[in-house]
Amino acid sequence: MGHHTEVQAKTKAQYEYDRHHNAVHMKKQVVNFAIMIFLTFLAFAVVVADFSPYLIKPFILLLAGIQVVLQLYSFMHMDDKNGHHIGVISTYVWSGAMIIFPVFLAFVTVVWW
Amino acid sequence: MEETKFTPQTWPNHAEQATAEGKNKFVGIWIFICSDIVLFASVFATYLSLRNKGPAGMEFTTQSLFELPLAFVMTMLLLTSSLTSVYAMYHMKNYNIKGVITWMAITVLLGLGFLGLEIYEFYHYVHIGFGYTQSAFSSAFFTLVGTHGLHVIIGLVWITCLIVRNAKRGLNLYNAPKFYAASIYWHFIDVVWVFIFTVVYLMGVLG
Amino acid sequence: MSSVAVSKKKGFGAVLWDYLTTVDHKKLGVMYLFAGVLFFAIAGFEALLMRIQLMVPNNDFISAGLFNELLTMHGTTMLFLAATPLLFGFMNAIVPLQIGARDVAFPFLNSLGFWLFFLGAIFMHLSFFMGGAPDAGWTSYASLSLYSPGHGIDFYVLGLQISGAGTLISGINFIVTIITMRAPGMTFMRMPLFTWTTLISSSLILFAFPPLTVGLFFMLVDRMFGANFFDHTMGGNTIIWEHLFWIFGHPEVYILVLPAFGLFSEIIPVFARKRLFGYSSMVFATILIGFLGFMVWAHHMFTVGMGPTANAIFAIATMAIAVPTGMKVFNWILTIWGGSIKVTVPMLYALGFIPSFVAGGVTGVMMATAPLDYQLHDSYFIVAHFHYVIVGGIVTAIFGSMHYYWPIMFNRTLSEKLGVLTFWVFFIGFHLTFFLQHFLGLMGMPRRVFTFQADQGWDLFNYISSIGAIMMAVGVVLLVINVLLSIKTPPVNRRDYWGDGRSLEWSIQLPVPFYNFKQTPLVRGFDPCWLEKQEGNKEMMTYAEPLGDIHMPNNSILPLIMSIGLFIAAFGALYHPDGVSWSVPVIVIGLGITVLAMITRSVKDDHGFHVHVEEVIATEERLYGKGGNK
Repeated sequence: MGHHTEVQAKTKAQYEYDRHHNAVHMKKQVVNFAIMIFLTFLAFAVVVADFSPYLIKPFILLLAGIQVVLQLYSFMHMDDKNGHHIGVISTYVWSGAMIIFPVFLAFVTVVWW
Repeated sequence: MEETKFTPQTWPNHAEQATAEGKNKFVGIWIFICSDIVLFASVFATYLSLRNKGPAGMEFTTQSLFELPLAFVMTMLLLTSSLTSVYAMYHMKNYNIKGVITWMAITVLLGLGFLGLEIYEFYHYVHIGFGYTQSAFSSAFFTLVGTHGLHVIIGLVWITCLIVRNAKRGLNLYNAPKFYAASIYWHFIDVVWVFIFTVVYLMGVLG
Repeated sequence: MSSVAVSKKKGFGAVLWDYLTTVDHKKLGVMYLFAGVLFFAIAGFEALLMRIQLMVPNNDFISAGLFNELLTMHGTTMLFLAATPLLFGFMNAIVPLQIGARDVAFPFLNSLGFWLFFLGAIFMHLSFFMGGAPDAGWTSYASLSLYSPGHGIDFYVLGLQISGAGTLISGINFIVTIITMRAPGMTFMRMPLFTWTTLISSSLILFAFPPLTVGLFFMLVDRMFGANFFDHTMGGNTIIWEHLFWIFGHPEVYILVLPAFGLFSEIIPVFARKRLFGYSSMVFATILIGFLGFMVWAHHMFTVGMGPTANAIFAIATMAIAVPTGMKVFNWILTIWGGSIKVTVPMLYALGFIPSFVAGGVTGVMMATAPLDYQLHDSYFIVAHFHYVIVGGIVTAIFGSMHYYWPIMFNRTLSEKLGVLTFWVFFIGFHLTFFLQHFLGLMGMPRRVFTFQADQGWDLFNYISSIGAIMMAVGVVLLVINVLLSIKTPPVNRRDYWGDGRSLEWSIQLPVPFYNFKQTPLVRGFDPCWLEKQEGNKEMMTYAEPLGDIHMPNNSILPLIMSIGLFIAAFGALYHPDGVSWSVPVIVIGLGITVLAMITRSVKDDHGFHVHVEEVIATEERLYGKGGNK
């Protein structure tokens, strides 16, 4: 514990490698963002296009699911193996997702009058 | 206590997790988000079971109420603000405080735009008679979207505080975790909105 | 702001200021313990009044309305304001020592959690003096509580909202502490069982308190701001409250009982002088109980009319929980089996706990059977069941652990002789009170009634039950006397008070210095204290670092200010439905105080302070005499 972390200068090669790596990573993020925009657009489009609700509802829920996973793993860096205890964090996030599933199930099935 | 001064060459790769406090903040914001997931799920579940429920002869339904263009613009604003905060984090990795502040400020502006539209939307609904106490549906709707709005406000105040506090003094291992945690929180707000626009607005228009 | 480790006798004001601003987990643990004992005594007194009322048929000792208030406040206080803080007290005081940490991950939040809990609890208890306490039962079902006149329910909603926020914050803090602050070598599968159960129970808090927050918020806006979540004439649905409440309420039972399991898993191996049997299956069972705890909430609602499918699913899921719980019971028995048992007071409580808790568990499985539940629902059978679980499981754990951990927390000891007497008085009183209530329930006596008729055949059992309650009260008084007497006992001033300590906290020389470990320990295996003793290490600890500067967090008054802000805002909300002109300004002022304190916290740097090597050495010499901690 403490604030006196060792200050280490990177070598020039390491520094340039890291800068490059960051830039490449940022480009990936922009691509992910483009995918999210596309998914959003698609979701609005199928609703406006007025297909059968039985088709649209599961479809847009699926799109939302994909978009959320993209957010979690790219923008929020859950894919980053260097994140501190990221495995434990993933366990908590997915436990939370699992616990809310029966809640939704109960509220749409057995709360009825 | 004096802080260690850094240069781009000495700035560590994972500055937000370089100190014990940074590691704690990183894990802490995630654990907090896990509890927020369940909070939103509870409000969502209630909304689903009270959707379109009201006193006899209630004229408002999701189909008559919601307008997709507004929801679409709000979605785009918030989604873009998510990307701009990624840019801020990119500049943090490169030890570029100007970049961090600029992109965080843009994030705040986009968030304010989103919030403005939401307030307009709420004002519009109240104006046509769909107030908070009008029906179970209205209470559930305003509570769900309002809870998200409250999270947006908290995020905006938080990020603004960070910008004001740190614009002059630059990045260090003490404030890097704070910026990082704020950005994670901001992404989470976007995650919740993805479900709101899908379940409330899109599925609402479908009926 | 920085606290100074000077030995001078401080004045009363300085001590008070120290406790108001402290972020030290040991002091907060003591504060939780005493706050918990205070509310335990209040709620116990309420129970005693109810039992006196029910001692004889047609009694008019207290009125029906007051009885409703007493039963509501008894349940609410015992669960939220007594059992939770008492267990939090042990978690705060012991968990950082068990994992080899100098403090929790977020000391500031730890303090904030305490003050939110405490002021929320005070707020709720003010209801007694301000127009009547809540009177709709601790479950406060919406169909009843929405129409409860006066401000009782508002006190319940706002008080729980504030103290619940505190509990959630503390839960997050414990999770992060256990994930990130473990000493080198303290892997997850070397963590003591109490740390494991704290982790899982905090995780349950993490996932279970948000639904309660949401449910309370709905109740708040329904009662005070005209919303319609539970009002069926406006399209609302009262069942939503029941679901939200039990999605929280069932895990709440495990939030309380898992740390109790953990405490007994610490006590039993020490006094059986044997390694805990089936450590990894204990861990697995803890996780499984925690997980299944979220899948069974609707077994409280079998009679609501959810339909046979839902009832069957929840019945089976509920019965499944008996499996991991049974694993734990067998592991405890097998730990004791063949051990060289020392029957100290903590061990006595552990031995009393196993059969009592099993009895409570078995009646639980009975009620999980949905058709049978239609008979048992809302009868005294359920009262007997959950008191067997809560008193037989949790209260015995708390009393036993007070004896067990008193030396670490206070460097004093509780009397064994008085402890044994306390145990027997309390234990016999407990079984007298609640065992017969099973049969009262089967005879048809409904719960939450303020009196009964003489010709119903319930007279004798109710009379005996009340005698038992008085015995329990005597037991608690004996425990308090024991605590008071402990002030006069000589300080312990050594390691490993019980002589057979196994986990890391027993390696620490008492009294524990404010930085816990002068050097971070290196954990070389499961049960590190026992391991080092086996290898003849007099210090009972191997160190992971040389003696150096120690970084500690600063004290802060801000947590108290934040909590006071919410406390003030709650009064504004409370009187809002009365149409008073000052309600909204008071809400704004209160929330403003809280937000300003939060912004202050955000923009003001708080780096903590360093205890330099010389100071550490000086502190050690002052605490342990010349030569320091050797």
